[in-house]
Amino acid sequence: MMALTPESAVAVVMLLALTVYALLGGADFGAGVWDLVARGPRADAHREMIAHAIGPVWEANHVWLIIVVVLLFTGFPAAFAAIMTALHVPISLMLVGIVLRGSAFTFRNYDPSPEAGKRWNRRFAIPSVLTPVLLGVVIGAIATGRLPTQIVRLDQLFLPWLGRFPIAVGLFTLSIFAYLAAVYLILETADTALREDFRIRALIAAVTVGILAYAVYVLARSDAPLVFRGLKASRWGFPVRIATGACACAALWGLWTRRYGLARTTAVIQVALILWGCALAQAPYLVPPALTIASAAAPPAVQKLLLAAVGAGSIVLFPSLYYLFRVFKAHALASRAPGHRVEH
Amino acid sequence: LAGSRAFDINPIAALLNAATLSETLHMILASYAATGILVAAVHAYYLRRDRANAFHRRALGIGLAVGGLASIVQPFSGDFAAKVVARTQPVKLAAMEGQFRTERRAPLRIGGWPDPVARRTRYALEIPGGLSFLATGDLSAEVRGLDAFPRADQPPVRVVHVAFQLMVACGVLMALEALWGAVLAWKLRRVPDTPRFLLAVLIAGPLGMIAIEAGWTVTEVGRQPWIVHGVMRTAQAVTPVPGLWISLLGYSALYVMLGVIVVAMLIRQFRSSPSAEELAAQTRGGRPA
Repeated sequence: MMALTPESAVAVVMLLALTVYALLGGADFGAGVWDLVARGPRADAHREMIAHAIGPVWEANHVWLIIVVVLLFTGFPAAFAAIMTALHVPISLMLVGIVLRGSAFTFRNYDPSPEAGKRWNRRFAIPSVLTPVLLGVVIGAIATGRLPTQIVRLDQLFLPWLGRFPIAVGLFTLSIFAYLAAVYLILETADTALREDFRIRALIAAVTVGILAYAVYVLARSDAPLVFRGLKASRWGFPVRIATGACACAALWGLWTRRYGLARTTAVIQVALILWGCALAQAPYLVPPALTIASAAAPPAVQKLLLAAVGAGSIVLFPSLYYLFRVFKAHALASRAPGHRVEH
Repeated sequence: LAGSRAFDINPIAALLNAATLSETLHMILASYAATGILVAAVHAYYLRRDRANAFHRRALGIGLAVGGLASIVQPFSGDFAAKVVARTQPVKLAAMEGQFRTERRAPLRIGGWPDPVARRTRYALEIPGGLSFLATGDLSAEVRGLDAFPRADQPPVRVVHVAFQLMVACGVLMALEALWGAVLAWKLRRVPDTPRFLLAVLIAGPLGMIAIEAGWTVTEVGRQPWIVHGVMRTAQAVTPVPGLWISLLGYSALYVMLGVIVVAMLIRQFRSSPSAEELAAQTRGGRPA
């Protein structure tokens, strides 16, 4: 491992924030998939449930993405400039997706008409599915190590991320988020039929995650060689992969035997480990092959101030989030009392 | 700063720069003033149609109190901000005032149309020594004009001067509205609601928002051509991504769309607010809607 310099501490904070964003915000986007594919007699019930589950926590969950972006541009301005320039198009599209989906929730709450839910959900379901794909595409494109350092032609804005590896990572990301969403949604309701629906969806998604993970792994060998070598070289790589696989199996088993609390815990750890595995493989690069954590970093004075600010911010952030989730998510978190009926 | 690289960075010092206090104070007051005046206008509109409505009457009172107080204090904070600008960014002050020549007893110009070719500001009402006094507190002090700076370092004077005049005009009208309201409230001993005053409040509604936009135009266009004053020009800082106008149009269209939806929804919210009779019926029946 590298020495704990202020800039690597900031990088670790960024990774943690990205992990929490994937686990909370990611699931919000993943639920959009289940909104889009809702069919059959309980389709409207699905949509209602999804909107109720996400609405109150949507904005709070985006705090984490904002932390990642702010830390990147203050802590690692060179990396920020490289990423924002080369990936201007997918990042802009992702931003539009986030804005549209967030607005849909707000508008839905202030729209007094009876068909409000339907109107706003349907209109914004598509962006909600494309956004995680774009997030994955951005991460995948960075990992290829082929971002242009200078943009002189228009096609350079598209070629780096419209490759098979970035798109595979994009679909992988979407499948992870949909999987998390299905696993969480089971515990959002006490209705047995709805629980079964989302159990089936979670199982399908889990298998899809496995298949796409393998596809990404295979493609990485040729398309993201630097990161692929990093995964092999890191002595943490192997144990992390074993632990990820174990969690995946435990989550599948939990879903199969209807131990939903267990399934959720292990799915959360599994997704966090996937992210950390990718981060380990890419370390110490921020934007391979040119920028590392050390070479892209702002001066230590800035890093130390950032760490202090993050520390001070946490004092406000964590109690507020705890309160928010206690108010809106107490029913889902108390997974051990499945007989308890929740009124929305 | 060594060449193009910054060293010995002190981020706290950057936050506590010369303009921090005056600019933050000015903007915070502006938000209260603009919001209060706008809220008052909405309720003035409904109170004109439904004079017995207690809800709109009280809401008008709150809007006027918050917006009016901030509007009355705001000119003092503006004077403070202008003195800071005079000290730290004299070229911006010169553009704000349409001051081309460096002179003693520089006049304060009200209105006017700067002519960057002839290097003078036409059609302005000039108060002799006014600018010298406002910038330094001394009627005969020298104020540096645009011509004291290289042509390449001068901001687009027309935009800055006109935006500044617009902001000040809106601010003055809002302060007058607030004073008028205060006098009426004192005389009537209640929320001021004479028909003429309500009409004025209604018409004055957008002034605060216009003033904020104009003010941001002054400060952001006024600092051109620099993005980091004296260090980096805006043209050097812009992203090398080609086809940026597509992004610009895309984001603008997105936010125009969201803005239209928000306004439509706000209007619907206003319309669903109960009238005086409905309020009375609810109170009598003891059953909230």
